[in-house]
Formats: sequence, structure tokens, C-alpha cells
Amino acid sequence: MTPTVRRVAVVGGNRIPFARSNGPYAHASNSDMLAAALDGLIERYNLQGETLGEVVAGAVLKHPRDRDLTREVVLGSKLAPETPAYDVQQACGTGLETTIAVANKIALGQIDAGIAGGVDTTSDAPLALNDDLREVLLDANRIPDTAGRLKLLTRLRPGMIKPAIPANQEPRTGLSMGEHCAIMASEWGITREAQDELTIRSHNALAAAYDKGFQDDLLTPYLGLERDQNLRPGSTPEKLAKLKPVFGGPEGTMTAANSTPLSDGASVVLLASEEWAKARNLPILAYITEAQTAAIDHVHKREGLLMAPAYAMPTMLDRAGITLQDFDVYEIHEAFAAQVLCTLAAWEDPVFCKERLGRSAPLGSIDTEKLNINGGSLAAGHPFAATGGRIVAGLAKELSERGSGRGVISICAAAGQGVVAILESAGGAK
Amino acid sequence: MSQDLYTQIVNSPPGGFIAKRVGLPQPTTLDRYRPGQPVVTGQVLIGAAPSGRLAGAIASTLADAQADVATTLAPELRTASADAGLDASVFNPEAGGDRRFKGLVFDATGIKDSTELVELQKFFHPSVRKVQSSGRVVVLGTPPEATKDPREHTAQRALEGFTRSLGKEIGKGSTVQLVYVAPGAENLIGSTLRFFLSPKSAYVSGQVARVTPGEPVPTDIDWERPLAGKTALVTGASRGIGEAIIETLARDGASVVGLDVPQLAEDLNAVTSRLDGEAIELDITSDDAPKVLAAHFKSGVDIVVHNAGVTRDRTLAKMPEDRWSSLMEINLSSEERINDALLKGKRIPAGGRIIGVSSMAGIAGNRGQTNYATSKAGVIGMVESMAPVLADRGITINAVAPGFIETKMTAAMPIAVREPGRRLNSMNQGGLPIDVAETIAWFASSASGGLNGNVVRVCGQMLLGA
Ligand SMILES: NC(=O)c1ccc[n+]([C@@H]2O[C@H](COP(=O)([O-])OP(=O)(O)OC[C@H]3O[C@@H](n4cnc5c(N)ncnc54)[C@H](O)[C@@H]3O)[C@@H](O)[C@H]2O)c1
Repeated sequence: MTPTVRRVAVVGGNRIPFARSNGPYAHASNSDMLAAALDGLIERYNLQGETLGEVVAGAVLKHPRDRDLTREVVLGSKLAPETPAYDVQQACGTGLETTIAVANKIALGQIDAGIAGGVDTTSDAPLALNDDLREVLLDANRIPDTAGRLKLLTRLRPGMIKPAIPANQEPRTGLSMGEHCAIMASEWGITREAQDELTIRSHNALAAAYDKGFQDDLLTPYLGLERDQNLRPGSTPEKLAKLKPVFGGPEGTMTAANSTPLSDGASVVLLASEEWAKARNLPILAYITEAQTAAIDHVHKREGLLMAPAYAMPTMLDRAGITLQDFDVYEIHEAFAAQVLCTLAAWEDPVFCKERLGRSAPLGSIDTEKLNINGGSLAAGHPFAATGGRIVAGLAKELSERGSGRGVISICAAAGQGVVAILESAGGAK
Repeated sequence: MSQDLYTQIVNSPPGGFIAKRVGLPQPTTLDRYRPGQPVVTGQVLIGAAPSGRLAGAIASTLADAQADVATTLAPELRTASADAGLDASVFNPEAGGDRRFKGLVFDATGIKDSTELVELQKFFHPSVRKVQSSGRVVVLGTPPEATKDPREHTAQRALEGFTRSLGKEIGKGSTVQLVYVAPGAENLIGSTLRFFLSPKSAYVSGQVARVTPGEPVPTDIDWERPLAGKTALVTGASRGIGEAIIETLARDGASVVGLDVPQLAEDLNAVTSRLDGEAIELDITSDDAPKVLAAHFKSGVDIVVHNAGVTRDRTLAKMPEDRWSSLMEINLSSEERINDALLKGKRIPAGGRIIGVSSMAGIAGNRGQTNYATSKAGVIGMVESMAPVLADRGITINAVAPGFIETKMTAAMPIAVREPGRRLNSMNQGGLPIDVAETIAWFASSASGGLNGNVVRVCGQMLLGA
């Protein structure tokens, strides 16, 4: 059986405004936030009682109790309880990876419609028991008699009460993502000014998008937030220049402004076959036409931790038969301004393109006027798994408003991974 | 060196001088080469003045040496690195990061006017602080005499003042060299760039080397054994610097023949048998020495190192003629006769190397050494006079000029002479015989066809003299 491949439509998306860590969503759980985003989507596209093919979502920081987080959220929603769901986890790539997972099943005709999404909270983060304490308690649990248990509990020490807080740290290098990115910034020669400039553009662009109502049908207010809490338009290079570096030591170029803050939030995207959308009179904003995931070896080959999208992109472009310049809109996730600038520098660099990508010529530069035109993660904030959905929905809408054109998404993820995808306007690529 | 400072130094009481030195921190322990080591351990940063001509040659040398490299953002360097298969990262001083470099290489051939010398400041100002200990700085230029435009000649000549001064301030056992690469000799810089970047050049600093068109680098060169298949003669090989030379040439793959006076036969044989070499017991000043050697090397000798030498110190007023003449015979005249005999008998084939051992005394002069300094300046003269003649036969001639080298000879000096000799240089220490030997091995290398007529000092950039 050779399956026929169908076009996959992006019908629309929804998210809650993103909050800074320990802000308005401090007491909201991942399931609360994912449910809020999902409810808004169901409302917007009249999905009450619908049995969808699948809902796929995930979170990077996840409580052990959130087993089958997505399925539980579906059961609590107005979707038909017969809608299956599962969780995906691929660090910051989660949101786009869930989109690809749902899209692929639609493309193959295995399902007709589905929802992809992601959520993360850095406020309501899971704390693990200190390993020493955990050992004592597990041992106690194995002893049948109370006296024996009590005796064992004398092994408890005050220090054991300190919880193990999940660290934003690469297990194999011991460096935080920011420290890794600082090394990349240095190795790619990315200046503080360039990073600050990108940051200011991101905030101004997102603010403009809000002002013109672009975000109106992309989000549902939540717990009093109507816009992303991190958004600070109108900053100046002079103001940003005053900030002290937070990564890369005293000479570092990365600050709290040109790096994304720890954030809380959720996003979802409705994907469907054309027939399914048309049958329900739902819009088709764009089609997902290509996707690619790549990983690099940041441990032994000293490749920059967040450089994987730079590898994923040419593979995808070759398969699509187009070049890096053949896009009208570029959505490069701004985990750090430096990550975006390193990626662009790499694509322009003859050494990287020949030695690392094995290509005869550089991919070349892009028109930065087309980059993150409605703002990026630096302005919106970055609740890890929720970023992909924010970008897919925003890009699909932008392409729909343009009436034609092609857009590309590039998202870097922890542990040396990267995800890229192409969206084409429902009105055609050009 | 200004007369004033010179006077100041020679007039200062040695005791006070030593005392001043005693308080100084211990000199850096210099990195030295061990077989099997990479050329450079640590990252090498390449920079260039715009429109230089050596980016490609530098990049392919470093790619070939499997060096860890960064370049400035200069597009020429990125392209050259890509073309050479060199996976180089980028260094932008404005981009922060805890970067450290073992070597800095700067292509200054693009500097055509004195106003462009500021390119040196632009590259080195932010990078020089990031050089690790036993670091290596190499500036490459165009030989002034090979330029057509007077402005370019002036600017290129100016480079020498830069490298010599930087050598004196860089510290931490780091070295700074200037390599003038003649147009057409770009592909011959490999052995020189490798030598100046590696720990082999530990005690060479503030030097100027010229790479000129010559025999191409053998395509199958084995950089671990660049002398494989070659026969080398080393005079005065039984001890001291000569012993280090013969050991190093053997390490680099040569079949070695050691020569020394019959009185030292036992020592000589101990050395040569250890190295699977041959021993020739011969006084090089004897009448039949040239003939004996020509006869011995019927099937040729590729490398001749004139190392045997003596001192016979006396101020000129007290110098009898035999003290003068016997030294001149050993240190200079016998070498000329042996060269003539070997060349006339076509014993040195194309690709051959003649290497002399001069001395800092031959460059700067030394009290009580009119005879010695004359002979050692004569060795430089021999290099100068023979280089063009030998070039036609594909043979090169070069010399090293050691400064203070820790040997039995220098150990026997009175402390008031020994201490300043040992400390008065950019390394704050004496060199080792191996440092002289490594420099000779660089000249001897099959890849060094572009080196002809060079005199390179192995003196830790002695403050006195040139
Ligand atoms: N040691 C230093 O600091 C220093 C500095 C500058 C130059 N040099 C030069 O380096 C070379 C080696 O010096 P060294 O310190 O090893 O001295 P050394 O006295 O230890 O060795 C010189 C060797 O040359 C041999 N020799 C002398 N006369 C000879 C002859 N007529 N025929 C054959 N062999 C003869 C000696 O027997 C001895 O083995 C010499 O040319 C010397 O002038 C040494």
C-alpha cells in the first residue's frame, strides 16, 4: 500500500499570553495553562464535542504526576472524550515537533484533524526530593516493621530537606544553555550591539503586532494578562547597553534583555486536511509543506549547543528544492539574540557551510527585514514547549494575510537539537 | 641598542646586577617539543591586512598541521579557510568570551603603505593579551627588496621594528618572528610556519626569516620524519650542541654520520652507535680532511652541519698569531675547504643543505673574542656568499647563531659573566642545545627548499647585538 500524501492545513491557533516566571501564572499548573489555551481554541473554531484524530502536546518541565498530561487535559475539555492524545518532549523543539507529528498523520490520511501544542511553567516547577532523602524514604518503605522504620529514619539529616531543583543545565557539559550560547557568540564573533539591536526590534515588532490587532485571534487572555508580560517596547540601545552581562563572564555580551527570561505559558494549533476544514467552513491559513529535525554533537565535537537548526535547514531546503532566500518570512526562535545571529552567521560562512555542512557554497544571507516581523521570543517570552505553537500560528496568520508567500521556522532546542519547517500561504507560495 | 644603555649595562657592577636579577620571578618554563606532539597545542588565530597574498598558504599549512584555528571576520580568511578545508571558528574582539590563543599569525603582505601599518595595532592590540605562555606570534610580510613600490618597501621594512619590540614585551616565554615571503614562494612557507608555531622554536625570538622560491616541498613529506632517506654529516658531534644536532637529525629520519677529533673517538662512537650512525674520527683542519670526506661520501651527503668550533679568548693586545689562526682554521677556513671539496666532487645533490653554526659574538662582537667573532661573522659571510651560487644547484645554505646555550662551556664561565649572559634576553634564561638542534633541523628539512641565505639567532632574543 502506497499511502497518498495530503496537504496539511493550519486552521488557526491559540495561546495564553506568556508570563514571566513567578508572575501572574505562579500558581497555574501546566494542565491549567494547557487547558486554558485549548478551551480558547475549541471556542474559536467550534470544536465542542468533536472527536479529533489526535491531540499531541508536551512540557519540558513536567511533574511526575502529570503522566499523560495532554490526555488528561483533553478529558477535561469540551472535545469529545474519545479524542486520543499523547505527550511529546523534545526540549524547546516540543511545540514544533508536536505540530509535525500531527501534520504527518494528517498527510498520510491516518487522521483528518488534530491539535498540536505545548506548555511550560518555570514557576510551578517540579521539585524532586534530594537523592539522599529519597534513598532513606525508599529504604524505610521496604522495611516491614515500624520499629525498624523508625530506626532507619534516624538517618535523616537536616541537609536532606534541600530539594533538588531542576537546573537549566546540559547534563553532559554541566553548562547552562546561556553559557553554551555565550561560547557560540564568541566563536561566531557576535557583538553585544547586534544582539541588543535584535532585541529592540523584537519588542517593537511584537508591540506593533498587538497594536494593529494581529494577536486578537491568536490568544485568549488569562489570569488578568492580555499581552505578554515580558513585552517592553520603546527601549533604546543606550538603555540596553547599561545591563550587566549574565552569561559569558564579565566580558560577555549576553544580558537579561537579549536572552529570553524564564516564562510560563501554553499554545495550541489546529491542523486538518483541506476537506475536513472546508466541510466545517473553517479557514485555511497556510499549509505545512516541509519539516526537518537535526542534532549535533556538542559534547565531543565541540559544535555549538544551539546550532542544530543550521544543519536541519539545508537538508530541508534541498528536499524542497528551494534556497534560503526563497522565503517571504523567517521565524527564527529567539532563545537568545545570539543564537539567531550565530545561525545567520553560520549560513553566510564559507567555512561552516563547507566544513560542517559539506556544501560547495554558503547558504547565504537573508533579508533581515523579513525576520520575526511580528516579534519573537525575546519580546514574547519563551515557555519552552509553548514557543513552537506560538510561532506556527503566528506565521500561518501572517501568510494568510499576505495572500501568498512562503515562510520558514527554525527552532533550537537543548541537548543539541533543532527543528525547522516550511509553511506556505493558502494562496500559494508566490 | 643605544650606546647609552649599552654603556650603562657594561659599567654596572656585576654584583649589583645579579642582585637585581635575583629578586625577579622565576623565568617561564618553556614548552619544548616531544615526538608525536601536534605542531601546536592550543588555538591559532589568523589575521590579515586587507588584500594580503598568504591567506591560502597559511590556511593550508594549518589545515595540514591539523591545528585548531580561529580567524578574524575578514572574508578573505573565511574563504581561504574553507578552500583549505580548515574548520576555523571566528574571533571578533568585540564579541567577548574567554578566548586563549597559543599562536597568532598575521598576514601583513597586504600592507602597501606606512599608513596601513595600523593594521598591526588593530589585530594585535585585542589579541596579544589572550596569548598563552610559550605562545607564538608570526608576522608574514613581503621582503622589502622584492617590492616594486618605494612606499611598500618602506612599510614592509617597518614590520621588523614591530616584531622585535613585541618580542621584548610579550613575556611568558612567548616568541615573535617576522617571515618575509617572496612572491612565488607562497607554497614554501609550511616548514617555517610550523617551526615558528611549534615548541621546537622555544628559544628563537625576534628573528627575521626569508622564504624565497626554491625546490618544492616533496608531495609525500612525512612531517614526523622530514629527513627520511637523507644522509647527514655533523661535525663536532661527540658532545654539547653537536650531539643534540645529530640526535635531532636522526629523530627526523636521517642516516647520520658524526665527526669529531680522534681524541674524542670513544665519546663520538657512543653517540653514533646509539643512533645507528657512522663515526668519522678526523680533525677537520688536517690537510687531507676535504679529500677524506669527499672519499667517504662517494654516494653523496644531503646535509652538512658545520658545528665543530672552539673559542680561544684573549684580548687582541695579548693574542698571539697561533691562537688566532688555529681558531680561524677550525671555525671557518676548514669549513670553506670542505664545502669546496664536497661541491666540486658533486657529493651534495640537489635538495642538499649546508648549515653553519655562527654565534651572537659574530653579530654583536664580544670583548676578548676578536678571533672568535671574526670567524663567526665569517660564517655569516659564507652563507651570504654561497647562497646564490648554491641556489643554481638546488642546494641551500643557512646558519644558526646561538646566544647563551647551557653547555659545559657556559657552565664553566665565571658567575659574573654567566648570569647576565643567561638572563639578558626576552626569555630570562639560557637556551638548551636542543633549541639550536631544532633550528638546524628546520633548515635541514626537505620542506625547507625556500630557506636559503638565512642566519637565524637562537638566543631568546638577546638584548645585546642586532
Ligand atoms: N655553547 C654556546 O653557548 C655557543 C654559543 C654560540 C655558538 N656556539 C657554537 O656552537 C658550536 C658547538 O659548541 P659547543 O658549545 O657544543 O662546544 P663543544 O666544545 O662542546 O663542542 C665542539 C665540538 O667540536 C669538536 N671540534 C673542535 N675542533 C675540532 C676539529 N678541529 N675537528 C673536529 N672536531 C672538532 C670538539 O671536539 C667538540 O666535540 C661551536 O661552533 C660553537 O662556537 C656555542
